Amino acid sequence: MAKIIVVTSGKGGVGKTTSSAAIGTGLALSGHKTVIVDFDIGLRNLDLIMGCERRVVYDFVNVINGEANLKQTLIKDKRVENLFILPASQTRDKDALTKEGVEKVLNELAKDFEFIICDSPAGIEAGAMMALYFADEAVVVTNPEVSSVRDSDRILGMLSSKSRRAERNEDAIKEHLLLTRYNPERVAKGEMLSVEDVQEILAIPLIGVIPESQAVLNASNSGQPVTLDQESDAGQAYLDTVSRLLGNHVDFRFLTVEKKGLLKRIFGG
Amino acid sequence: MSELLSEPFFELKGSLFPLSVIHSSDLSVAGLQAALQQKLDQAPGFFHQAAMVIQLTPDHQTVDFNALKQLFQQLKLVLVGVAGASTEQKQLAQAAGLAVLRLGQDSKPLAPAPGSSGEARVEQVPMHTKVVEQNIRSGQQIYAKGADLIVRGAVGAGAEVIADGNIHIYGTLRGKAIAGASGDSTKRIFCQNLQAELVSIAGHYWLSDSLQGDFWNKAACIRMQDDSIAIGEL
Repeated sequence: MAKIIVVTSGKGGVGKTTSSAAIGTGLALSGHKTVIVDFDIGLRNLDLIMGCERRVVYDFVNVINGEANLKQTLIKDKRVENLFILPASQTRDKDALTKEGVEKVLNELAKDFEFIICDSPAGIEAGAMMALYFADEAVVVTNPEVSSVRDSDRILGMLSSKSRRAERNEDAIKEHLLLTRYNPERVAKGEMLSVEDVQEILAIPLIGVIPESQAVLNASNSGQPVTLDQESDAGQAYLDTVSRLLGNHVDFRFLTVEKKGLLKRIFGG
Repeated sequence: MSELLSEPFFELKGSLFPLSVIHSSDLSVAGLQAALQQKLDQAPGFFHQAAMVIQLTPDHQTVDFNALKQLFQQLKLVLVGVAGASTEQKQLAQAAGLAVLRLGQDSKPLAPAPGSSGEARVEQVPMHTKVVEQNIRSGQQIYAKGADLIVRGAVGAGAEVIADGNIHIYGTLRGKAIAGASGDSTKRIFCQNLQAELVSIAGHYWLSDSLQGDFWNKAACIRMQDDSIAIGEL
């Protein structure tokens, strides 16, 4: 039985697509057949982050409208076995997605894949609602600042009331908090909310903390999911996150300020 | 062009407002005038241009809504509509330009009290309790109509909890809490941790600025004391 995981946040620019790409890649690296679905119709980005923008022929909306089949549309990742991308349409808007159409595509994907990652658009309108409607689990991406936390709170409300599980009175969507752009130095200075602050407000279990890192920007610019950069702190933090999603217990890292060694202090870090 | 057109210049949003509802077995102009005038004399100013709704029952046979409208105007009140109207009453009210409103199921029509002295009496209606088991998230609104409200989680910033009765919050109150929404100033708000955007009892309210002080970030009880909001220990 495939697991549908929505990556959502309410607020834009907090790292939903980066996280979708990194988590999807991480799951595939651990041997699970995974597809990442871009729900951001009209503002397609996932293909860029995944570095497959030149291979997009058909898209999600084509499949819904029956103009192409899934086999033609899915893009197989060239680096990682078991990883596929279903790109969004760039020329249409969010109204092109219908509940019936999305359900049909997800049902078809569920036959083939273990994990379906839905990369949600920002906002709380139709597109974002469509991305979360069929989800079994949700990764709520949050930056450690007040506006992002409030928007995440709003999306959590939607998850518990507007999803298919809520409408059918089934078990609630399993919610996970993913803190991104975490900078322990700025937390120590009181310029940023701490993990504890955010957790106290949102009151859902923490699945990962991704440190603010140049590696994330480099990864996005070069079309390499950051999980493939296993040297980087952000890459390792995402791999930890994936491991926790799979049910393993992994201690949290990168939460405190790294002490600079004597040499680093003298020569600059 | 199209960008200009798509700018939001018009929005329709549903909101809740406290309205005074008049329950009276006598809806003749003379009868209502006497009763209202007595009420107005008790609290002149309080009801100035207040929005009011008349609760109808099947016993109200012929009501002259046009005349009632004029009466309200004379008394410096605004009659906005009727509630509980029958089909016939509905037509008459609408012809007079009044809104036909619907109250929730649990509001009972005033039973004609045989042998009552005609004096205005506040009936103590037994309160129900509405219990919410989880956190109330930003943007959510919970209304406990004619009931107390118990929230077993937190009320997030940007969330609203409203009750005609008391409000108990066993988590942190970061949003808005409105108790005694139908005007009962004996109702209270209790919370484990006070960080509210707004607290209100029977229409009197304080914003978070006024709440900073001894009880901010602490357990607190908010109630009305001498026509003003007071905060005390839980």
